[in-house]
Amino acid sequence: MSYALELRDVRKNFGKTEIIRGVNLAVHAGERVAVIGPNGAGKSTLFNLISGRFGPSSGDILLAGQTIQNKTPYEINRMGLSRSFQITNIFPKLSVFENLRCAVLWSLGYKYSFWKFLSGLKDANERTDELLEMIHLDKKRDVLAVNLTYAEQRALEIGVTIAGGADVILLDEPTAGMSKSETSRFIQLIKDVTVGKTLLTVEHDMGVVFGLADKIAVVVYGEVIAFDTPEAVRANAKVQEAYLGSPVADSQAGVH
Amino acid sequence: MAAVYKFKPYNVGRWVIWSLFALVLVVSPLVFTSNLSTTMLAQMGIAIIACLSYNILLGQGGMLSFGHAVYTGLGSYMAIHALNSVSGGQLNIPVSLLPIVGGLTGMGFAILLGWVTTRKSGTTFAMITLGVAELVFAMSLMFSEFFGGEAGVSGNRVAGQPFFGITYGPQIQVYYLIAAYTFVCVALMYAFTQTPLGRILNAVRDNPERVEFIGYNTQRVRYMAFIISGFFAGIAGGLGALNFEIVTAEVVGAGRSGAYLLFTFLGGATFFFGPIIGAVLMIIAFVLLSELTKAWLLYLGLVFLFMVMYAPGGIASLIMMNLRVAKFGKLRQIWTSYLGLGLTATVMLAGAGAMIEMVYHLQLNSALGDTVKFMGATLNAKSLDSWFGSAFVMLTGLGLFELARRQFARDWGVIQTDIEKEIKRRETAL
Repeated sequence: MSYALELRDVRKNFGKTEIIRGVNLAVHAGERVAVIGPNGAGKSTLFNLISGRFGPSSGDILLAGQTIQNKTPYEINRMGLSRSFQITNIFPKLSVFENLRCAVLWSLGYKYSFWKFLSGLKDANERTDELLEMIHLDKKRDVLAVNLTYAEQRALEIGVTIAGGADVILLDEPTAGMSKSETSRFIQLIKDVTVGKTLLTVEHDMGVVFGLADKIAVVVYGEVIAFDTPEAVRANAKVQEAYLGSPVADSQAGVH
Repeated sequence: MAAVYKFKPYNVGRWVIWSLFALVLVVSPLVFTSNLSTTMLAQMGIAIIACLSYNILLGQGGMLSFGHAVYTGLGSYMAIHALNSVSGGQLNIPVSLLPIVGGLTGMGFAILLGWVTTRKSGTTFAMITLGVAELVFAMSLMFSEFFGGEAGVSGNRVAGQPFFGITYGPQIQVYYLIAAYTFVCVALMYAFTQTPLGRILNAVRDNPERVEFIGYNTQRVRYMAFIISGFFAGIAGGLGALNFEIVTAEVVGAGRSGAYLLFTFLGGATFFFGPIIGAVLMIIAFVLLSELTKAWLLYLGLVFLFMVMYAPGGIASLIMMNLRVAKFGKLRQIWTSYLGLGLTATVMLAGAGAMIEMVYHLQLNSALGDTVKFMGATLNAKSLDSWFGSAFVMLTGLGLFELARRQFARDWGVIQTDIEKEIKRRETAL
């Protein structure tokens, strides 16, 4: 059968260093997958490969059965995959509304048009207002993105990511740098806005991981050493040895 | 919010502004009737189109081009050749449409050259535009059949059939042609900022990487904006050809490109209307300031320097900042500070200006004697008294200016905090 997203023996070298060393992963449509692993394991690189920021050195990446490994980010996005960034990556000098509207335009077929007024695009404006409410920024509609608080910027980042209605969503550490209470509210937001979508998220916070994910992929040293339900991953000896048993994970788990 | 907007089928403020703009274009030559002012007004119209077209690249797309004169200039050349063909009877199009020929030329070259330049952004883009500009300028000296060599190409705009008695012989008729083009082009360029491509262009300026991940090819966005910019630049060039009836290689030169950059920036690249202010200043500087003093380029350079350092948003941003202060009714609190700033700056500049003029006089005009007329005073460029006096005036001005500036900075800070508080209060009241 065909998966929403499938990686077959994906490898990536930077110079002589092999960062991704043969990753295999198959995600069903509608699954929420948390990608965990120690710092430098290659989680973000993996996201960069899937979203087309870098091309893999070898291997295949399939989105709904179609290969995407040699495509550009915008082509992959048009095929229904959208991603967010670890470091907030929005349009600072545009208002919250404009940020979201920009992200909506392509999916509604407006492309590069310069013969239509934005104010006349009823569907785009309605969709944008809908998004504003979904990410709870409707009161900040006309504020420039650069003037938002950090948590609001993170919410906008998610909003821009989901705006185009992509079926596969990649979130790279969506809760990075947030306080505990912000994090729990934010996880609820992510759950709400990604209903029915395939979600992959890189996450360090173990509480979040076990609360959000249907499945967990453990990346260690450029390989996926386990990909299973949270319970099975927790029980997996290899994972315990390689990751959960490490002092880093202990201290992180201890917080929750 | 959305509901409120629906009760406004059209924006009244917008209609008022555009009507005023049209009125200014129509009435200006009736108010300023001298030959010089009509010429200047015509040039201002052309410069407004050119600077706005440049701002599509700089302000809206974040593309720092060092070669915008290529597109205005080549538009000028093609328009003057078309004009000569009309005069010679080979071509049968009305003179009023020749600027469109210029526009299509600018667009054509933007399609050709922009394909190369817009492949990259940022510093690389700037370098390539510089290279292309040099290339075109070098060619203008090589192909004298087209570019007319040192003498340039001249034409006569009284060509073809007069249309309702309009021959474009008198300058005023040309002015109104330019005014009509200016109004339409400004309106079209404003409209462009309100379209999907126009908005995505802003997004590309802010964060090109992110744009790639929302489905847009940034290279394509830049390329299309470049072509549109080239079209309006060409129209400005075509109007220039009709206005001056002569086109020389200078129109594609680096100096011209630099002027577009400088004055677009001075006017303010972050607001749509900024370059309009810049264009008006450009003509005033080129025509009036250059008559007033030999050191005008030095003054211009200094103004540009201080603008980049202290008000990178240009005059437009200064206006908008003060409008915000006025909107919150706080302009009263600060006008005395402005007065202080203005007076002390005048004193300082008077001293500095006297010294600059004396230096220029010694270097360029010493054969005419040692005395220099400056702001009504007679200075002797070789006497210690004049130098000492000027230095004294400048330093006094500088000291007082610094005091006034500190006072102003304090007042300004207080007002901004008050405004922030007021905004917060209104937000929570909602």
